[in-house]
Amino acid sequence: MAVDLESPSNYLTTRLRQAVNWGRKYSLWPLPFGVACCAIEFMSTVSSYNDISRFGAELVRFSPRQSDMMIIAGTISYKQAPILKTIYEQMAEPKWVIAMGACASSGGFYNNYSTLQGADHVIPVDVYVAGCPPTPENLLFALTQIQEKVEKEGLVPAAERHPGRIEA
Amino acid sequence: MSQKLVDKLQQEFGADILAVSSQHGDETITVDKDKLLVVLNHLRDHEGCEQLSDVVGVHYPDRDQEFEVNYLLRSWQNNVRLRVRVHTTEGEAIDSATGIYKSADWAEREVYDLFGVDFADHPDLRRILCHHEFEGHPLRKDYPIEQGQECSRPEHLFNDEDIARAARRASGIKPEVGGAHDEVHPSDLLTVNLGPSHPATHGALRVECLLDGENILEAKSEIGYIHRCFEKEAEDHTWAQVMPYTDRLNYCSAMANNAIYALAVEKMCGVEATPRANAIRVIVSELSRIIDHLVCVCANLVDVGALTNYWYLYNTRESIYQSLEGLCGSRLTTNYARIGGMSHDLYDGFADEIRTKLDEMVVGNNEVMKLIARNRIFLDRTVGVGAISQEDALSWGFTGPCLRATGLAHDLRKSAPYFGYEQYEFEIPTGTDGDSHDRIMVRMAEMVQSRAIILQALDNLPDGPLNIEDHSVIIPPKEKVYNTIEGAMNQFKLVYEGIQVPAGEGYGFGEGANGELGFFCVSDGTGHAYRIKVRPPCFPIFSAFTTLVQGRMIPDAIATLGSLNIIAGELDR
Ligand code: SF4
Repeated sequence: MAVDLESPSNYLTTRLRQAVNWGRKYSLWPLPFGVACCAIEFMSTVSSYNDISRFGAELVRFSPRQSDMMIIAGTISYKQAPILKTIYEQMAEPKWVIAMGACASSGGFYNNYSTLQGADHVIPVDVYVAGCPPTPENLLFALTQIQEKVEKEGLVPAAERHPGRIEA
Repeated sequence: MSQKLVDKLQQEFGADILAVSSQHGDETITVDKDKLLVVLNHLRDHEGCEQLSDVVGVHYPDRDQEFEVNYLLRSWQNNVRLRVRVHTTEGEAIDSATGIYKSADWAEREVYDLFGVDFADHPDLRRILCHHEFEGHPLRKDYPIEQGQECSRPEHLFNDEDIARAARRASGIKPEVGGAHDEVHPSDLLTVNLGPSHPATHGALRVECLLDGENILEAKSEIGYIHRCFEKEAEDHTWAQVMPYTDRLNYCSAMANNAIYALAVEKMCGVEATPRANAIRVIVSELSRIIDHLVCVCANLVDVGALTNYWYLYNTRESIYQSLEGLCGSRLTTNYARIGGMSHDLYDGFADEIRTKLDEMVVGNNEVMKLIARNRIFLDRTVGVGAISQEDALSWGFTGPCLRATGLAHDLRKSAPYFGYEQYEFEIPTGTDGDSHDRIMVRMAEMVQSRAIILQALDNLPDGPLNIEDHSVIIPPKEKVYNTIEGAMNQFKLVYEGIQVPAGEGYGFGEGANGELGFFCVSDGTGHAYRIKVRPPCFPIFSAFTTLVQGRMIPDAIATLGSLNIIAGELDR
C-alpha cells in the first residue's frame, strides 16, 4: 500500500488483492462448533466484556454456509466426528479452523474409548489454542493469528493450505 | 426412617428379600430378580416412593452373578431413600421397570449400553451414550479404557415405518396451523434435525422431529455426543484425581460439583469437613447456582428473541467468574474443593467484593424482569409451553428448579441438609404450572435466595482450620511436606497410591443447580474407585423432553429446551 502525498487528491494505491484481504481479515464470520465446556468460554468471548466485535468477528453464524471460520469449542467424540466433518465440508471456501482448547486440539485429558484424540484426525486445523478451557483472551489471540494468515496468505482455499487433507 | 421402611418390607415380602444391608446411612435391600417389579410397585403405591432417582450397574467379573443393578428410590413426601438391588448375569434379563417409573426408560438403556445387562419388555432398548456402531460394553471391567471405536455415520432415528405410522395418526387431525388435513401422506412429513450442532440446543444433543408443517408429530432425542467416559476415567484415576473431571460435568457450575463430589468421598471415608470449609462450600455452591441460572435464563431468553437480556445477565456472570478465578486460578474448570477441605482459603477482600457483585446482580436481574415480566412476546412464547404435571415430573425423575416449577417445594438443601445448610434462612421458590415460564421465574427467584444464603454465610464465616487433620485423607500442609520426612512420605503416598477409601459403598448427593446431583461410589479399599456413578440432574429431565414437545410447534420446542437447562457435559458424562 502506498499513499501518494504529492498528488493534489491524496489517494491511496494498493493491489486489489491486498485490499480484499484487509477487508476480509476484519470480517471473519465465526461458526461456533460448541460442544462442551469450551463453548461457555466462547460465549464469554462474544459477550460485552471481551467483545469479539473489536476484531470484526462478531457476526456469529450457525449456518456453515454463511461462515468462514470454524471454532471447535469442546471435546469431539467418535460419535460427533462424522458430523463435524459434514459441517466442515458444508462451509464455503476460503475457510479457516480454530481448535479451541485441549480437547479439540488433542483429546485433552480424555484419553478413552469415546474421545477422538484431536479434531485434526477428521478435518484440517489452522490454529490450536492451548488451555482447558482457554481464556477469552487466548481465543482472541487465536483470532488475530487467523487474521495474520488471511493477510499474508490471502484467499488460499483450505484444500491448498492443507494438501492431501481434503477431498475435492 | 428408612430402617422402618426396611422392617415393613421384610414383613411384607419375607423370604423374597434376600439380604438387607446398611452403610453410611443408606439402606439397601437385595431382592430376587423375579420379584423386583412387585417390590417396586409396592414401594411406589404404598410407601410413597414417587421417584426412581437412578439405576446403577456394577460389574463384578469374579462372581457367578456378575452384574449388580441398583435402583435408587426416593420418597420426597416421607423424606426416605432406599436402594433396591438385584443380581444378574449375561443372558438373564431383568424385568424392565419402565411401567412403574418413567425415568427407568433411559436409566435402563444406559445400564444396557455400558454393561450389556438385558431388560425384558423395555420398549426401546438401544444404546444411549455410545454410538450405534459401537461393539462391546465399555464399563465392564474387561473393556480397555483406551479402546476407541470409530463411527462412520450418524444414525437415522426414524425409519419408514415410524413415518407411515405418524402420517396415519395425523390424518384427520386439525393441526395448529395450516388448516385441516383429511389425509396425510408419509411424503408430506418432513424430518428435521435439531442438533447435534445447533444454536438452540446449547450443547451437543440431538432431537429429530417428524414435522407436519410446523407441528411436531413425533420427536426422538439422542444423546452421547460428548460422552467423555467420566465413570471409566474415575476407575482409572485415584479418588483425588477425579476432582478435575467433576468440573467438566456441569461446567456451568463446576464449584458445586467439586463440593458434592468431595462430600461423597468424605462420607465413604467417614470424615467430615471443617465448619469453615463447609461455609466456603456453601458460598461457592450458591455462587455456582447463580451463574448457572444466569446462563440458563440468558440463553433461554436469546432463544425466544430477547437478546438484550443476554448482556445484562452475562455481565454479572463475567464478574463472578473473575472472583472465582481469584479463588482457584481458573474461571470455569475450578477444581477448588479437596476431599477433606478446600485447596485454598478465601482471599482478602473476597467478602466485600462478592457483596458488591451480588448487589449488581440484583440490579441486572431487575432490569431483566422489567423487560420480560409483562412482555407480551415473552409470555406468549413461554406460558403454557412445555408444561409438565407434578405427578409426571416425579415419575420422570425431575428434581431442582424444573420440579419446583410444578409447585412442589422439594429441595435437598432443606430435606437432607449438608454443608450446614440448616443454619441458613432461605425460602424455596416454586411455580404453579410447570411450564417454561415458571421454570425461568423459579430460577430468577432462586438467585435472590442464593444471594441471601451467601450474605449470611459471609457474615458468619467460622474461623478455625480449613482442612481436616486426618492426613490419610488430605495432604499435609506444605511446610511439613518440605521440611519433614514423614510429611514428604505422606504426600508421596497420597499422590501415588491415592486415598485408601475403606471398602463399601455410599451415595453422596446435594442440590446442584439443575437438581439432585449425586455420586454413587463403590470402593474396594484401594486408592482407585471401583465404580463411581454420577446421578446427573439433567439426564432424567431430558428424557422427558420429547413428550413435552410432541404435538406442539418447533418454536415451542426451542423455548422448552432452553428452560430445562440441559448441560451436555453432565448429560453424557
Ligand atoms: S479443553 Fe477443557 S474446557 Fe475445553 S472442552 Fe475440553 S475439558 Fe472442556
